[in-house]
Amino acid sequence: MSFDLDNLISDHNPGDAIFYFKGNIDSDIINNVLDSVEFKLITINEHPRLRKKVYNVLVESLQNLYHHADHVPVGFKVGNQEKYGIILMDKNIEGYRITTCNFISNFRVNELESKIDRINKSSVEEIKELYKDVLNHQEVTDKGLGGLGLIDIARKTGNKLDYKFTRFDDAYSAFCLSALINEE
Amino acid sequence: MEPIIIEGTSKTPSIRFDSKEGVFEIKGRSIPENSVEFYKPLNEWLDVYMQSPLEKTSVNIRLEYFNTSSSKCILDVFKRLESIHRSKHDVEINWFYEEDDEDMLEAGEDYDSIIKVPFKMIEIVE
Repeated sequence: MSFDLDNLISDHNPGDAIFYFKGNIDSDIINNVLDSVEFKLITINEHPRLRKKVYNVLVESLQNLYHHADHVPVGFKVGNQEKYGIILMDKNIEGYRITTCNFISNFRVNELESKIDRINKSSVEEIKELYKDVLNHQEVTDKGLGGLGLIDIARKTGNKLDYKFTRFDDAYSAFCLSALINEE
Repeated sequence: MEPIIIEGTSKTPSIRFDSKEGVFEIKGRSIPENSVEFYKPLNEWLDVYMQSPLEKTSVNIRLEYFNTSSSKCILDVFKRLESIHRSKHDVEINWFYEEDDEDMLEAGEDYDSIIKVPFKMIEIVE
């Protein structure tokens, strides 16, 4: 069986899909996803506070994908796509769940895993202090990236980050990340 | 100094920096993929304003959404305002947040704890 990112998220308890996309991740796609999800949340009359929280977490999830997805491995046949990924948003009895999957170089896996584990082991208060510390002290890249995205998602959702790495070959792994925003 | 006036878009905020009135406003959504590119001219403008600021500078931040990349750039704006405040000029930051938007209130409180400039949290009641 060929390697398919869809298989990596198929073990999730399926909820009602709100949005699904698989393909090249660029700025236009991000705009489309944000517009589409916002329209749906307004149409179903979702509570403004929850709607804003979902939108905020979606923004960070999409921009993590956009900025941090590595190139598609040579052995993964998807045509001429630079940054391939999956975006899935669904709703189950617990709330809204935003899942992203992308490829990542194997040499970055340990560092990313340590970062997520550190966030997941932190209390609400520790995450708040970590956010402020990174905001104030960490150098930003020329694109303004400062390592706050995952911390912000954990802080806004109040939940642990659910993640999985699946090795593709000697150079790349697939990385899937899920954030759950509970219904109030 | 010429004012900076920028219309907002679905991903970038409207900007009004007016050195004659000493009023700076950032309003709307700040969620661009590349925030540095958007905020760089604003911070460069502030670098010039800092050299001879008005006695009083009022800053109004009315953001609906902002991403973490913008949060760093906004902190850079505030650090320049802090510098003006340190040079014995009045600076006031009005941080507006919508009723029930605890995340936006907390974001303002984060900045308030980092930046040594008087912050006023103002709830917008619909």
